[in-house]
Amino acid sequence: MHILIADDDEDDRTFFSEAMMELKMNNKLTLFNDGKDLMDYLADPEIVIPHILFLDLNMPFMSGFECLKLIRSNNRFKDVSIAIYSTSSSEKDIEETFIEGANIYIKKPNDFTKLKKVIKEVLNINWQFHSSGLNKETFFFSI
Amino acid sequence: MKLYIKYDGIAACRVILQEQLERLNIKHQILGLGEIEISDNVSREDLAELHTALNKYSIFVVDNEKSQLIQRIKDTIVEMIYENEKLPSVTISQYLSEKLNFSYGYITNIFTENTYSSIENFIIIQKIERAKKLIIEDQLTLTEVSYKLNYSSVAYLSSQFKKVTGLTPSAFKRIVDKRRNLAN
Repeated sequence: MHILIADDDEDDRTFFSEAMMELKMNNKLTLFNDGKDLMDYLADPEIVIPHILFLDLNMPFMSGFECLKLIRSNNRFKDVSIAIYSTSSSEKDIEETFIEGANIYIKKPNDFTKLKKVIKEVLNINWQFHSSGLNKETFFFSI
Repeated sequence: MKLYIKYDGIAACRVILQEQLERLNIKHQILGLGEIEISDNVSREDLAELHTALNKYSIFVVDNEKSQLIQRIKDTIVEMIYENEKLPSVTISQYLSEKLNFSYGYITNIFTENTYSSIENFIIIQKIERAKKLIIEDQLTLTEVSYKLNYSSVAYLSSQFKKVTGLTPSAFKRIVDKRRNLAN
């Protein structure tokens, strides 16, 4: 699977990418330092469309929420799953991101083992949606 | 006399594949490790001949029977969940082994080995998918949904819904409604 991650915090980027690498699921991972970096990359018509994006909700220049809105307004990325993660667990934040088109909301765990477990579950359910012809319009997963 | 050799197994394998496919006049493209695209129809005899020829080099064509069976298992489950007005009350294990003519043990093993998911998990995801449809498209109440999908109680349906989506059914409905309003 092609996975993109945008997060301004270097430690968090390492945390996420190490957790994904340890899952040994044959994923191709690309990291971005902020939302603007990610959007610049996505603007290139030559790129391979990723399967799933992980966006940190709070980033400078362009927040995960703004990226989400922009990406969802572009038909080119309609099949891409978008996962938002944040330390916030407010119901309002969660619902808001789903309404704007996110598929997955992750309350960021602090513990590495838990994070690995969460990512595994997310990739697993995302794969189910891709491979079993489930309706993407109603694909929401909050963990 | 002793000879010391070094070899590249992958390159060797490619050459063997190429030679054997060409020998049988099979138009093909080697896509990379483990995959060959065959561009036109090949007779059963030639295909069987190819299998035998490759087996000599310990190269095996992965037979399609397993993946076909997995597809049939999935289709049977989806059919059972979607096509009936109400889910049959026989257990799913009984239903699957009767429809597919294999023991349930064999069915679950082959499914788990090949899909990274258990049959039970697949069934739950499919049932919740149907529940989503019934809630949104048919505007059914949770009581009606739980009856249709054979849940023992509304509470059990709600908790399974929450497990699969992380949302309560009412939050789910609220999100979908707001999303539609936004699109209009």
